[in-house]
Amino acid sequence: MNIKKQIISLIKGLSLYELLIGLSLTGRYFFSRKITIQYPEEKTPQSARFRGLHALRRYPNGEERCIACKLCEAVCPAMAITIESEMREDNTRRTTRYDIDLTKCIFCGFCEESCPVDSIVETRILDYHGEERGDLLYNKEMLLKVGDKYEKMIQADRAEEAKYR
Amino acid sequence: MTTPWLDIIAESFWILLKILLIVIPLMISVAYLTFFERKVIGYMQGRIGPNRVGFHGLLQPIADALKLMFKEIITPNKSNKTLFFIAPILTIAPAFAAWAVIPFNAELVLADINAGLLYVLAMTSIAVYGVIIAGWASNSKYAFLGSLRSAAQIVSYEIAMGFTLVGVLMCANSLNLGDIVNGQQGGLLQWYIWPLFPLFIIYFISAVAETNRAPFDVAEGESEIVAGFHVEYSGMAFAVFFLAEYANMILVSMLAALMFLGGWLSPVSFIPDGILWLFLKVGFCLFFFLWFRATFPRYRYDQIMRLGWKVFIPITLIWIIFIGLMMQTPLKDMFH
Repeated sequence: MNIKKQIISLIKGLSLYELLIGLSLTGRYFFSRKITIQYPEEKTPQSARFRGLHALRRYPNGEERCIACKLCEAVCPAMAITIESEMREDNTRRTTRYDIDLTKCIFCGFCEESCPVDSIVETRILDYHGEERGDLLYNKEMLLKVGDKYEKMIQADRAEEAKYR
Repeated sequence: MTTPWLDIIAESFWILLKILLIVIPLMISVAYLTFFERKVIGYMQGRIGPNRVGFHGLLQPIADALKLMFKEIITPNKSNKTLFFIAPILTIAPAFAAWAVIPFNAELVLADINAGLLYVLAMTSIAVYGVIIAGWASNSKYAFLGSLRSAAQIVSYEIAMGFTLVGVLMCANSLNLGDIVNGQQGGLLQWYIWPLFPLFIIYFISAVAETNRAPFDVAEGESEIVAGFHVEYSGMAFAVFFLAEYANMILVSMLAALMFLGGWLSPVSFIPDGILWLFLKVGFCLFFFLWFRATFPRYRYDQIMRLGWKVFIPITLIWIIFIGLMMQTPLKDMFH
């Protein structure tokens, strides 16, 4: 019995049986459908919940939403948000400084969750970049600019998500 | 009236031209072999490989070469500077020199010497010095380990490879590569691959080991010893090792095509022979190199040694004796 097994394993070894099985497997993959996504032209499907680049939103009349309640600053686990505020002439509180250090941010989405006026949001933009040191330290103007630019997209994403909230 | 030294100069220029005619296409095929490799392995992994630079990525190897040319060559502080730069040259020179005796068809051969096979074997053996010197001169643990592994491996597989070639020269009765091909005339069934089938398999596997390709790439072993013997090399010095590896791959595939697959001879009688057949056969062998790399995990070091010494060498010896015996029987026509 043992000798029989030995002979079989010898024949298997000499005929390169296992190797041929391996080769046939990769050979089949050679002709299989390729799953590469050619990135800039093709993209993977994205959820409306996607947490990417931050944006500060405005009301339709152009007034910025943020009321400087500093909930986001408090909740931020990475301490990436810095806010300073002042009393405006019309007796409302507004931010004078709203900085997000994107190099610290962990994209948990807590700031968005905590915001009572839906001001700070995370958009579905993921392919932003900085070319110099400090390019990823976003300030209030930059965040508002992102919000202005993508307001339609942000609105559509919030509307789709609304029924789950 | 021409003086004899003018003749000599003219002759040298003519030879130089012929060398360039071999080396430049070889360099180009090396460049495109790297591209082909990335494509094939990509396809086998469900990817599509490089396709951005130029039409379908065809300029990718050019871009790679340019990048390597403009990179700085860093010399390690405590390395042996002279040997450090001689090593890549010692690796690539034999890889190119061996091409001198390769016949591309019945007439097209640079040096039609009668011991061509021996010359090729000698040249491929010298290549190991480049690897050893590179590993030693780098003054790095990893490089040194890689070169030791490579030396032991190449030396052991050289023996098995040499024995398979003994089988070929028994069949062909010649060491001249052109004569070996001519001995295989008469269609597909006359090729030496059939009587020497086990030797062909062993030759091919030894060739993979000789060229330090996966699954025998312990000399590089990027997961164990970073990059082995060329860990300290950068820029063009690194590229030269790469060139040599791929030139060697093409060389051993060429030898496989010449000795076992009938070289430039057509497999069927109604299609004429030609150099295209040779390139087709070489391409076929090269595809297997890439296929192996995409399929097999790296051998453990002691398994490589076991395979070389305790499996390949006995099998080749037995088969050589078997061929010798068969040549004494009425079946000898099968073995020429």
